[in-house]
Amino acid sequence: MTDKPKVAFYWCASCGGCEEAVVDLAEKLLDVVEAIDIVFWPVALDTKRADVEAMEDGSILATFVNGAVRTTEQEEMVHMLRRKSQLLLAFGACAHLGGIPGLANQSDRDTIFDVVYRRSPSTVNPDGVVPQTQTTVNGYKLPLPGFYDTVRTVGQVTDIDYVVPGCPPTPGIIAGAVNTLLGGDLPPRGTVLAPDVALCDECDRKTTKPETVSLTEWKRPHLVDVDEELCLLAQGLVCLGPATRAGCGAQCVGANMPCTGCFGPTSRVRDGGGKALAAIASLVGSDEPDEIDHILDGIPDPVGTFFRYSLPASLLRRAPIGSRNNTPTATTERSE
Amino acid sequence: MLEVTEDRGAAPEEFEPTIAAFFCNWCTYLAADLAGTSRMKYAPNARVIRVMCSGRIDPQFVFDAFAKGADGVLIGGCHPGDCHYQEGNYKALRRYRLTKRVLDALGVEPERFRLEWISAAEADRLRDVMNEMAAQIKALGPADFSVPDETFPGTDPGLDATAEEAVVS
Repeated sequence: MTDKPKVAFYWCASCGGCEEAVVDLAEKLLDVVEAIDIVFWPVALDTKRADVEAMEDGSILATFVNGAVRTTEQEEMVHMLRRKSQLLLAFGACAHLGGIPGLANQSDRDTIFDVVYRRSPSTVNPDGVVPQTQTTVNGYKLPLPGFYDTVRTVGQVTDIDYVVPGCPPTPGIIAGAVNTLLGGDLPPRGTVLAPDVALCDECDRKTTKPETVSLTEWKRPHLVDVDEELCLLAQGLVCLGPATRAGCGAQCVGANMPCTGCFGPTSRVRDGGGKALAAIASLVGSDEPDEIDHILDGIPDPVGTFFRYSLPASLLRRAPIGSRNNTPTATTERSE
Repeated sequence: MLEVTEDRGAAPEEFEPTIAAFFCNWCTYLAADLAGTSRMKYAPNARVIRVMCSGRIDPQFVFDAFAKGADGVLIGGCHPGDCHYQEGNYKALRRYRLTKRVLDALGVEPERFRLEWISAAEADRLRDVMNEMAAQIKALGPADFSVPDETFPGTDPGLDATAEEAVVS
């Protein structure tokens, strides 16, 4: 064994894009491996849970956890990695804010099971089997992960030290985070390791934003020819740059796609979705209720637009359990 | 010695909704003042929060109110054209319409979130709105955004030696 600093990576409810972001460091990853010892990384290494369990508490310098917490297994792993690690970092939008999996907080377990295992047109499940928390193999009763009603961020499950934001974190943000950790001069606990200003601040289109923007129509990016120079808001696209933290280099905006808010809000904001909503509503160019509604019809999924990455981290966190929109019956009516 | 003398065990208490009411300093708050000095009686469910303008109301205030246990949120502002700051109430209106869409999508009943234009002279309107909203929400019951603790009885999610034996054998 070496005495290089030990680092671990783990994934919870996520798509694998954050793992990809680490692999995207390409040859630089080899330099990283020179400097550190990766002791646990399920996507790439064969270390088992029991090996981590056997490590001494606090023996891992830093663990990067990506993904939201949806199951009992994920929760247990997060708690264990917290014990084993001096620093625990939420890596990526799902660990930070709940992410795309967090949109499931519009629903609940029973509804999700009903749709996925019974009602979706591609499902063939005549016995109506849904996930259980126990199974029997060769006469042994085995526990299986339980599926929570509510998706949580890693920070809602255990104490985290830092956040590496993004869906996924960009190479620049990852390098910056690693340099911060190795630099020794650590920022206050809980800091998001990215600039604490809005994305517009670093956007190339900033100078083209008119003094006032007043829109009578919201446009969707796949239905319009996007001007490559002009501020996207001025073009009628729902760009969340004004309510999103900078640090990504405005890559999406540079590719003619509006910002969807994956870095989350700045530190002065309590509810990123609420702020984004306020910013977008203020650009609606009408004083008449009916016309305002007509213009807002151009944003067909307001929760998915403003809370795309942040529903579990929002003030409301989820739709009320048992509310009219997320009972199995309501889903049945909609799907048939 | 302190003794609890009140008998709380009798009839189940009727649900009394809590309404967070954000009132504009120049119109609706004065209407509430007028209702008070006129000794009007109306449902006491609102906790009134005075803001300088309905345009000050950030959607975060609304979400925070619901998250902290409000069963309804009422915004009171000046009639269109009457805003002390020219157009703050229009800003409030646009935000309200979009915030309402988010709450609708989350399954929150429309009666729980309301915007009303109530001028300083319309104390009777204020009374009627308060009474109506309190009655509607009382009929709906509490708004519950709490995230309940979830447990899975009889499961230990960890794989133990027995489990590994089982898979291997």
